[in-house]
Amino acid sequence: MAKPLAALREVFKNLFTAPSTAGYPHAKACPDAGYRARIKYTPQLCVGCQLCVKNCPANAITITLLNPQDKPITGEDGKVTPPVRKFECKIDLTRCIFCAQCVDSCFKKALCSSQEFELASADKAALTDVTKAG
Amino acid sequence: MPKVIVPLGPQHPALKEPGNFTLMLEGEEIVDAALRLGYNHRGIEKAAESRNFIQAMYLIERVCGICSHAHATCYVTNVENICGLELPRRAQAIRVITGELERIHSHLLWLGVAAHEIGFDTLFMYSWRDREYIMDALETLSGNRVHYSINTIGGVRRDIGKEQIEDILKKLDLVESRTNYYIKLATQEPTLHARTMGVGKLPKEEALKRDACGPLLRASGVARDVRKDDPYLLYGELDFKVITSDACDVFGRVYVRVFEILESVKILRQVLNNMPQGPVSVKMPPKVPAGESVTRYEAPRGEDIHYVKTDGGVNPSRVKLRAPTLANFESVAYMLKGDQLADAPLIIAAIDPCFSCTDRMAVVDKLSGQSQIETFKDLRLKSIEHYKRKGIDFSKL
Repeated sequence: MAKPLAALREVFKNLFTAPSTAGYPHAKACPDAGYRARIKYTPQLCVGCQLCVKNCPANAITITLLNPQDKPITGEDGKVTPPVRKFECKIDLTRCIFCAQCVDSCFKKALCSSQEFELASADKAALTDVTKAG
Repeated sequence: MPKVIVPLGPQHPALKEPGNFTLMLEGEEIVDAALRLGYNHRGIEKAAESRNFIQAMYLIERVCGICSHAHATCYVTNVENICGLELPRRAQAIRVITGELERIHSHLLWLGVAAHEIGFDTLFMYSWRDREYIMDALETLSGNRVHYSINTIGGVRRDIGKEQIEDILKKLDLVESRTNYYIKLATQEPTLHARTMGVGKLPKEEALKRDACGPLLRASGVARDVRKDDPYLLYGELDFKVITSDACDVFGRVYVRVFEILESVKILRQVLNNMPQGPVSVKMPPKVPAGESVTRYEAPRGEDIHYVKTDGGVNPSRVKLRAPTLANFESVAYMLKGDQLADAPLIIAAIDPCFSCTDRMAVVDKLSGQSQIETFKDLRLKSIEHYKRKGIDFSKL
């Protein structure tokens, strides 16, 4: 049965309730704990397998070995110690789609996802995350 | 009365994405309509061939922003079929949960868009506000509001916890009560009746002849739903109804979609209360063997069909997708005929069109009938030339 202005009661009810929208940016926005945003890199854990680079759908990651010239050290007892490899990771935030596939691909857990989502910057250099070892 | 041709689009306030509808008018009445696609073509099928199977999954997910899970699941199921992987039941349940949450949010979004098209902006605001409950649930479940990326080849990437289940169930109660309110409103509100009843008529025979699918076909009285006809994931074991309407007009499409929200809530409750235990994924083999597979999936807008062919290499050798909007576009030209010009945006919106899912392009020489491939460079030069003729020079950019 047709009832004109059927929504009027609901409209009046909503006039006296608090707004449903969040007050961002004045109020802080808290994404869920599992939210996928900026990717963090821990160089000490990286083994340079390049799996993250291979699987990145946006080709946003570059991992380079910083000390390829370092040679294995032979100790006094004749024991050969391989050099500590140092890596540098560059994540291009303008390319990254925040799918966190690199986090899943990394079996050494050198990459992890954070909840930092406010990434906009007027400075172009700030849009590339560079993390170096040591 | 002289006939007037009015172009609607490619850029038009009533269209959310670019598409061109050429309407022939006699007074206010549309006597003929033709549509033209291709303004939003992105070449995703070709791009998928130059990516590995995991990279292609994220690309295919981005075919559509609303039914991203539908496209991703369809593609992933094809790759799993080729690899011969058997999906764990818990992974299937999580895919069903994401898929049904996606259906609810898509239908609520559509309800808002349709309400906006008929000038009922109060309903538009309310339905989009209520959609936020589902968006939040999806964020908790997958880590993102739009591109969930919950799928991986061989299962899902994240497990669902007890707290999340309780949280989703609470949100479903809210959505259910709000949907019941919309049903009450739709039956009582005369504005809604006046703008939707008898508008965009698509009789059953015409819908079948034009291969319509999804809610559009169900609103023409045909009970066709891939979840029932060809059950995938856990749908074969779940109790739900296929909603149909014999109204064959825009009101019928509102009816089907609103009641489908309630059915999705019912499905979600069944799955969430009886979550199967076990792992959420199986390991993907290091090499995908040669093979081919076709999968059908009931996306919120209708039947989604994907085809994947592999040759044993690291990339898929062919990915072909048919989004539901392409099937439904055939019916739009028919539905527009005989209606008023003011109803055209609503009729177009009633199929819930997704132009970017659908767009495809082929360059065929009319005289010789030969097709040719245009590269990005060629297309860019052509567009520069096109604007130069109009007096705008982009060549220095």
